[in-house]
Amino acid sequence: MLPLPEFTLHSPRTIDEALGLLAKPGAMIIAGGTDLLPNMKQGLHQPEHVVSLQHLAELRAIRVEQKVLVLGAMTSLAEVAEHEDVRKYATALAEAAGTVGGPHHRRMGTLGGNLCLDTRCRYYNQSQFWRSALGFCLKKDGEVCHVVEGGKKCVAAASNDTAAAAIALEAVLVIRGAQGVRRVAAGEFFVADGARNIAIARDELLVALEVPRVAKRVSAYEKLRRRGAIDFPLLSVAVRLDGSAVEVVVSALAAKPRRINGAQKLAATQVEAIAEAAARECNPMPNIDGDVAWRKQMVRVMVKRALVRAIGAAQPST
Amino acid sequence: MTLIPITLTINGDLTQVAVHASQTLLEVLRYELRLIGTKQGCDKGDCGACTVLLDGEPVLGCLTLALSCAGRSVTTVESIPRADPLLESFDCHGAGQCGFCTPGMLMTAKGLLAKEKKPSRDSIRAAISGNLCRCTGYGPIVEAIAAVGEGTVQPATEEKLPPPLPSYGAPRK
Repeated sequence: MLPLPEFTLHSPRTIDEALGLLAKPGAMIIAGGTDLLPNMKQGLHQPEHVVSLQHLAELRAIRVEQKVLVLGAMTSLAEVAEHEDVRKYATALAEAAGTVGGPHHRRMGTLGGNLCLDTRCRYYNQSQFWRSALGFCLKKDGEVCHVVEGGKKCVAAASNDTAAAAIALEAVLVIRGAQGVRRVAAGEFFVADGARNIAIARDELLVALEVPRVAKRVSAYEKLRRRGAIDFPLLSVAVRLDGSAVEVVVSALAAKPRRINGAQKLAATQVEAIAEAAARECNPMPNIDGDVAWRKQMVRVMVKRALVRAIGAAQPST
Repeated sequence: MTLIPITLTINGDLTQVAVHASQTLLEVLRYELRLIGTKQGCDKGDCGACTVLLDGEPVLGCLTLALSCAGRSVTTVESIPRADPLLESFDCHGAGQCGFCTPGMLMTAKGLLAKEKKPSRDSIRAAISGNLCRCTGYGPIVEAIAAVGEGTVQPATEEKLPPPLPSYGAPRK
């Protein structure tokens, strides 16, 4: 039995009301609860106020506009995965959402929640008792990093499937705060700090993800994990093709998803060279499951798989 | 800790219960309403033993706040009648061994069968991929669900039914 710590639950009916509640000290957002609640049960967060977005229906829609696809932050991952327009215009995102957790998690979990997922590390996602035995760590309650000796910056891994896809698809996050609306490119939203790898203030609210609709654009997502369901990614790979231009993003390496620089100079058909560049640039940290050497080798394989599928999708069907 | 009264529909009955903000749906079902058919496994969303239907959709009771269920409809394994094709099929196929995952499997199966009258084996495997079983190895479970879809099992007749389970206290109405 893992009881939750005590808190007050708020269920605002408007975004402004939600923003007001989020300004309270120690307030946290609950969307689907599939990440927040297990973490709270392990004593990783003790929010005094929990603000539920359950009744903000306006955050729960998928809209196809002329130039963008607008996905409300409270859209369930199952809906993102199955939605016809998302599958068509943002294939990598639909595929990524479809691999999050198990079917129950996808029904409960939301796109916004997955984008803002807490980073993971084998020294962090443990019980209070377990962590106390090691004197805690950089990410929570402690001063030392058990992953990087002498490390001063947390390297907990971005473990959200949708992050790599959102970056590869040049998506933009729409964020509401007390000052109004701001837009941040997904590529700039994630930062290299495992303690908090998202560039959003605690009193701000992610309201939507805008994915540009570009003619003839194709994308694909590949995930490495030990079993076909429930697991977090050991590697998360998203690729995007615009004609011969290619973008490759690899995540679950460390706190920040990595755009493969070497790929940007290559043509999409140079599959081997792109996979090679990715393998050279990616160095997985040893703080999540799976052998590091194996994960590094699999970068090449997963990038290749994603590219081959995307290239296949780009071919006019005969 | 403040107790907050909520009204929700549980297995078709309008139910009033007072809950704490930090209580999960699973805790309220098991410890307040004594509906102990729903199992508490890992209690952190890994195993699926606590699967119940929330407005018809299979969700994890251990990761659902009870307060968020106010005004909604919850269906637990207790809603399944003793004579039911799904139960009979699980029985005939040996799909339950230790039985701990069974209530979760049954509710996931009910959710699937309500959407797809005759689910394929692949779609069954995908649907139960969030429910862990450590005994039967899934094969018999997949077959048991498929058989219901294919209509090859009938609910058990009265004389074949096992005796009713001892009651652990009726749910509060």
